[in-house]
Amino acid sequence: MREEMVMELPAIYRDAFRIRSFLFGEGEKSVCIVGAQRGNEYQQLYVTSLLVRRLRDLEERGGICQGKQICVVPCVNPYSINAKKRFWTADNTDINRMYPGYDLGETTQRIAAALFDVAKVYRYGIQFASFYMPGRFLPHVRIMKTGLEDPELALKFGFPYVVLHVPRPFDTTTLNYNWQIWDTKAFSLYTTETNHIDETSARQAVDGVFRFLHTQGILKDRIPGGYFSEIVETPDLASVRTSCAGFFFPTAGAGDRVTAGQKLAEIRDTYTNELKEELVSPVDGRLFFVRNEPLTYQATAVFKIIPQGAEKRIR
Amino acid sequence: MTAVCGTCPPVVMDRFAWSRSSWPRVCPLLSGTDTTVETERESAGIMVEHVASVELPVDERLKIEKYRWKPSPDKDGGGRFSVVTGIHGDELEGQYVCYEVGKRIREHPELLTGTVDIYPAMNPFGIDSMMRGIPAFDLDMNRIFPGQKDGDMNEYLASLIIQDVSGSDMVLDIHASNAYLTEVPQIRINTLHQKELVPYAESMNVDLIWVHPNATVLESTFAYSLNSIGTRVLVIEMGIGMRITKSIGCQVTEGIFHLMHQMGIWAGKTGPVKKPIISTDPDEICYLNAPRGGIYIADTAAGDEVEKGQVIGRLVSPLTGEIFETVTAPYSGWLFTQREYPLTAAGSLMGRILKRG
Ligand SMILES: [Zn+2]
Repeated sequence: MREEMVMELPAIYRDAFRIRSFLFGEGEKSVCIVGAQRGNEYQQLYVTSLLVRRLRDLEERGGICQGKQICVVPCVNPYSINAKKRFWTADNTDINRMYPGYDLGETTQRIAAALFDVAKVYRYGIQFASFYMPGRFLPHVRIMKTGLEDPELALKFGFPYVVLHVPRPFDTTTLNYNWQIWDTKAFSLYTTETNHIDETSARQAVDGVFRFLHTQGILKDRIPGGYFSEIVETPDLASVRTSCAGFFFPTAGAGDRVTAGQKLAEIRDTYTNELKEELVSPVDGRLFFVRNEPLTYQATAVFKIIPQGAEKRIR
Repeated sequence: MTAVCGTCPPVVMDRFAWSRSSWPRVCPLLSGTDTTVETERESAGIMVEHVASVELPVDERLKIEKYRWKPSPDKDGGGRFSVVTGIHGDELEGQYVCYEVGKRIREHPELLTGTVDIYPAMNPFGIDSMMRGIPAFDLDMNRIFPGQKDGDMNEYLASLIIQDVSGSDMVLDIHASNAYLTEVPQIRINTLHQKELVPYAESMNVDLIWVHPNATVLESTFAYSLNSIGTRVLVIEMGIGMRITKSIGCQVTEGIFHLMHQMGIWAGKTGPVKKPIISTDPDEICYLNAPRGGIYIADTAAGDEVEKGQVIGRLVSPLTGEIFETVTAPYSGWLFTQREYPLTAAGSLMGRILKRG
């Protein structure tokens, strides 16, 4: 294992801002793995720390294929994690909205540029991502439909789902999108959690990455198990939205099979605890995303469901 | 009768008889507990309409309000002018402009020959909590347009905003930089809409019209969304976040009345307007980014002419008393953006110079 400094910025009243990378193996720049970019991405940081530990052991045992180099950047944003702020501490900008970055630009543009400069030369790019809404996900690999995407490759992780996301204008400045534009095959991995550590899905994610790396001839050991992933496109997901605000009590969790008409949650008045709304599933399917906050706003998608039959198997 | 406001030349207005009876009285989006508030305001002669309204978890509704000024029917030329601000919650210069516009119309409603809509707080949550974005969602409101009617709360609100504002003959979207930088009053125009918008922008009494290239990410802004469906929007950047600069507010208010006059919405006389500098070449704008972190002591002000090599500020260490970096102008030109917030990190913008000569 070799450590390299991706970027170091001196600050006036804080320790220098540093991004470190950990390199394993020598040769072709085969895969770059990026962890936390936002201050609440504890799970993402945790998963990459597990990867670093296991890759170090593997490298010592000769488990990395000849001529392949792996780069892991566990954290692009130590400042925000340490200050417990989701976005950049000084101006609240989001590093994952700054790609491909600009080395002479504003601070977060420079940070994005420094990371991207390292990351864009790799053949594969894997990022542990988080959703803008707090909630629990079914673990999945997400790729953007840029026209350059390769869903078949995403199946090699053996995650339960591969999600094809149609990018919207604001997605064009994310790491995933720019990786693809710069000819890196990019995958965003979502485990169930973000601001809590979920051991089970973290280990599942590590196995998924190792399984993928084995299939691409980067790691020697085969990782048994895994799923025959289903492919889903985001427009096919069914949303269940609240029509009022209040306490939110889900009665079903991410991964549950549901039937049309089945009760999914109650919304209760925050003063009288009276039932205001009962949310039911509009379709037969599987709960893909469940919001997990005690209060909900009106007009909020609290569930996303994969309707029965929406999965597109490639095999 | 003249309306005078501090630092800018007065507007000379005529006096006509005018009746208030033509005002709309019913707000279709009102429901439940809102009615009490509304009645009070209405009895005071004030008509507030709700563009959008959603329920919040504990005893509150989030409401996006607008105030509609209607001319008496015999004078109505049918034009509609909308003043929009507060999409970014930390930008308050537009508050003064909205107030000034309303005040001047209130003083001389008889001069109104079209509809004027004032939308002072598109992101009321953000304004309340001194946050640029939408609190609780950490979302930049100016990246979710045109929204979606069946989308999440903020997308739903965005879609209602677009629906309400669209159809205006002119919309001004007033921004105030951010908490860090002062901007001379300027209108920013996407090259895609340059031909259509520059002639209007020239009437707005601003110092600069900055025509900038399109970027995909900008396609989710309020202005882009409306311009692309044929409702003209001029984006103004002026002053600094979290503050009101009266002189700038008055300058832009003058511009608004001037443009409204040209568009047949205001019958009052208006004074001459500034001839703005029009910049269309991205290469003539020089960005001054801090080479490292420090406390920035500015030696210039926004709007200053600077010479190549002139010291425009210093990055210093209060801890040791040393100067980390003396910042000099790499080109002669016009410093139209200036850093005001002292704490600076590597990359922080300290200013922008429009190169000259
Ligand atoms: Zn703004």
